[in-house]
Amino acid sequence: MNLVRLSLRMLRRDWRAGELRVLGFALVIAVGGMTTVGFFADRVQAALSRQGNQLLGADLIIHSDHPLAPGFREEALRRGLAVSTAARFPSMAVKDENSQLTEIKAVTEGYPLRGDLRVSGEFGQVQGLRPDRVAGAIPPSGSAWVDEKLMAQMALRQGDSIELGATRFTVDALITEEPDHSIGFINLRPRVLINAADLPATGLIQQGSRVGYRLLVAGEDGAVENFRAWAQPRLALGERIEGIRDARPEIKSALERAEKFLSLAALASVVLAAAAAALAVRRFTQRHLDGCAVMRCLGASQAAILGLYLLHFSVLGLVASGTGCLLGFFSQEVLALWLAEMVETELPAPGIWPGVHGLLTGMVLLIGFALPPLINLRSVPALRVLRRDIGTSNSHSLAGYALGLAALTLLFVWKADDVRLGISVMGGFVAAVGVFGMLGLLLIRGLARMRSQTGGALRYGLASIRRRAAASVVQAVALGLGLMALLALTLIRDDLLQNWRSSLPPDAPDHFLVNIQQDQLEPLAAFFDQHGLERPPIFPMVRGRLTAINGNPIVTEDYADIQARRQIEREFNLSWAQEMQDDNQIVEGHWWNGSDAGRAVMSMEEGIARRVGVGLGDTLTYDIAGSSLSATITSLRKVNWDTFRVNFFVLTPPGVLEAYPATYITSFYMPPAHMDVANKLAKAFPNLLVIDVATIIAQVHKMIGQVTRAIEFVFLFTLMAGLAVLYAAIASTQDERIHEAAIFRTLGARRGQLARAWAAEFAVLGGLAGLFAAAGASALGYVISEYALNLPYTPNPWIGLIGVFAGMAGVMLAGLMGTRSVLSTPPLVVLRRL
Amino acid sequence: MVDDPTGKPVVQTFALTKCVSTGDDQLTILEDINLKVNSGDSVAVVGASGSGKSTLLGLLAGLDVPTTGKVQLGGEDIFLLDEDARAALRGRILGFVFQSFQLLPALTALENVMLPLELMGAQDAQTAARELLQRVGLGMRLTHYPRQLSGGEQQRIAIARAFVTQPQLLLADEPTGNLDSATGAQIIELMFELNRELGTTLILVTHDEALSARCASRIRLAAGRVVD
Ligand SMILES: Nc1ncnc2c1ncn2[C@@H]1O[C@H](COP(=O)(O)OP(=O)(O)O)[C@@H](O)[C@H]1O
Ligand SMILES: [Mg+2]
Repeated sequence: MNLVRLSLRMLRRDWRAGELRVLGFALVIAVGGMTTVGFFADRVQAALSRQGNQLLGADLIIHSDHPLAPGFREEALRRGLAVSTAARFPSMAVKDENSQLTEIKAVTEGYPLRGDLRVSGEFGQVQGLRPDRVAGAIPPSGSAWVDEKLMAQMALRQGDSIELGATRFTVDALITEEPDHSIGFINLRPRVLINAADLPATGLIQQGSRVGYRLLVAGEDGAVENFRAWAQPRLALGERIEGIRDARPEIKSALERAEKFLSLAALASVVLAAAAAALAVRRFTQRHLDGCAVMRCLGASQAAILGLYLLHFSVLGLVASGTGCLLGFFSQEVLALWLAEMVETELPAPGIWPGVHGLLTGMVLLIGFALPPLINLRSVPALRVLRRDIGTSNSHSLAGYALGLAALTLLFVWKADDVRLGISVMGGFVAAVGVFGMLGLLLIRGLARMRSQTGGALRYGLASIRRRAAASVVQAVALGLGLMALLALTLIRDDLLQNWRSSLPPDAPDHFLVNIQQDQLEPLAAFFDQHGLERPPIFPMVRGRLTAINGNPIVTEDYADIQARRQIEREFNLSWAQEMQDDNQIVEGHWWNGSDAGRAVMSMEEGIARRVGVGLGDTLTYDIAGSSLSATITSLRKVNWDTFRVNFFVLTPPGVLEAYPATYITSFYMPPAHMDVANKLAKAFPNLLVIDVATIIAQVHKMIGQVTRAIEFVFLFTLMAGLAVLYAAIASTQDERIHEAAIFRTLGARRGQLARAWAAEFAVLGGLAGLFAAAGASALGYVISEYALNLPYTPNPWIGLIGVFAGMAGVMLAGLMGTRSVLSTPPLVVLRRL
Repeated sequence: MVDDPTGKPVVQTFALTKCVSTGDDQLTILEDINLKVNSGDSVAVVGASGSGKSTLLGLLAGLDVPTTGKVQLGGEDIFLLDEDARAALRGRILGFVFQSFQLLPALTALENVMLPLELMGAQDAQTAARELLQRVGLGMRLTHYPRQLSGGEQQRIAIARAFVTQPQLLLADEPTGNLDSATGAQIIELMFELNRELGTTLILVTHDEALSARCASRIRLAAGRVVD
């Protein structure tokens, strides 16, 4: 007998009979989902980091305080990267009698490499938004582009001329948006942009001028990384590299959140697809018990049967995975169109890896979850031919599913690219399924006991559940998984995204005021009142240098980690507070109470503590303005840095630092209508440093919005996988139900009676599943929130109730819809099949 | 006698025909069947395998629909009724015994027997079911599930289930086909006993000459037609 031919013939027959549809569907969804998510995540991540890079104006910048050796630029060009340069320095701009200190930036062709420089031809006051356009080029030689501040201060109109050093420039455009200006300590200096070719003629750059030189680099991710690796060791004194990830902790953390969120969503769809595949294969093998028993009777060896089905499934797997890959490819193409518009940049071409990955996923899922039941099929006793109710031993099942889980875990670790995440998600999943399984079994046993006290529909429903106890638990857990996806998709997702959005409300502080003196506190408060702004909370700040840990003087050379060394060499900002801010969270030790005032204790941010290598109970000595202060760490805090609120690495209770010279710091939200307040503030308090982070905040807001949409899309696949599980779970008892229905109706049951019995059964299953789903979705929410979003998670108090009721209603509805056709098949046709 | 004009017919067919389409072909399974079975009769349906016996029985019970023709059960034309009304009628006047028992694996012996009564909404389902199980000799096995019972025992439960509603008509499709001859004989004995006690009309499909000989009349099918 030609095994291959027989196997293919069987495949064709099974496909026609519709027996493989659920399995095929699950595989297509799993693979399609995986590939789409793969492509999507890749592209989103690429797009998002480019978005971040727009803030830099490049993918990478080399800063230096002297003209950079030409070697860097040449190497970048040699590597096919785009380059541009910028030089920045303060200088006076003169127009007639009027002169202003400005920040001049001279740039070369290509600037900015990322993001847009936007300009306007409309000078003077405008109502609403100033009409502007993308500049598309740098200022031509002889032109100066100015910002609104300079325009206002010097009353500039288009075509006016200003002098910069020895050269006269024509002001012909107004800068409305500049990618790399937004961050840092701005002394509210107005800005001027000129062509670098004009720079020598101005005579402004001389020995001793304070000029910041920048080499801007952009290109493919890999090439940029390679260039960075090449350049890093070649940096001289006064030179440093800045990439988006070093530069903007807020963007970086938003990016990391997005990445984690996306990969968790992708992993969730894989788990669901695996569950659907496992259920489908289980049903398939159950249906093929008879055929196998007959083959065994006819003398087929166990190996022959196993081989037959392995071949059968491998072909199916390849076809389904291939289809899934195609689906993934097309849906990501559609996505790319939409995404391109969303990120306003060109997306890198899709690679082949997500496809390969998807294909492998399909095969791993199939082999991992199809093999165990197939091994059972192999050992069907031939006796089944005589007594149909002889099934198979399930001894292989557990060991077999362990194989499937191991395969899935490997897939996870690979997919998540993070061993700990992969293993802990998998472990959590297995533990949850285990706990749910046990609980479900107990509940079902308990319910079945109640059966004799119930009557009618409920009794038959409970009877079916009891008889299929194991299958019912599997069904409930699977339904629970599917529902979990739905709950996560609705409640949890909204909660999380809402939570994330509200972590950065529209009125989040967007300006920092630094260097406030003691005697300016009163006038500053008055200033805020006078301009109709809310008085912001003001924090004292004492600067100190860490000198000793537990009495041992610090030796910075002991720190291998550059960042740690830098941190220690820098002065720490120390502050005091009675109450802890609500964006802080104690992770170890205890916050102080009123009676601790004046005690030499401190609370340290956990990250810095780790870097410096100290923990609870260590005593740190600081040198503050010449005198020393020692305090013992009594708590470690987690700080949510991206709320843009003022936070300190080191805090003491009141009564410890008051004796030392302090300055004050605050952060506040400046409504767009009050933009002139910044100028007035600078005039009224010339010593204050105003840091404007509004652009970063806008950027983070925009990113949150985009990531939200991305996540919503990825969740669609999770949803489809969830529906596949629901479908497979309901289909898994379909055959028994069809049989049952025929008997019931032979005995005179009306359709309504049968439907009621099933409704009761589905309601019980659905209720159980809903309970599991609520618990699972809460856990998922917790994990995503704590792990990916770094936000405290408040579980939705209604989720249990919603889960149970939605489960009952949903499963009942889906179940009855799924069994409708059963009810309209003539009983004889069904009974004849058996 | 099948054609006894004096009796009141329990079931009667008129030009009953059943065709199925297999791919491109039309296959006629039953053709122009006209028969009448009177109350209290016992009829054996015999014929070679594949001659259409099961199909005929299924149509008599309204478990499938004919291509043309009609069936009157208890004076009602069952194919004018909808499925649910047909099922209700079935529950009221009909019992069915299958060759392969067809017990519900989820239910105990007692629950299986109670099922038809409960579906009708009868009050004393349990008492009646217990009595009948006692009657078929399975009083000790009330709480056992089908898979814990032998084939003969399962068939006795199926018979108890068929008789528990005190049907006017019992249809049995090769009820002994899956049993050894001794057990088969017991089952047949049991059916005829119940037939006598409850006055149930019997229509049985069988290959068993001894069994068909015990019936008052006989219908022979060949290739979907009645031949004598
Ligand atoms: N749904 C169907 N599709 C095709 N052929 C059928 C169908 N039902 C019955 N048959 C055929 O009709 C004939 C009669 O079947 P059946 O009534 O089961 O015969 P018996 O019970 O006398 O052995 C057989 O040849 C059978 O193959
Ligand atoms: Mg037959």
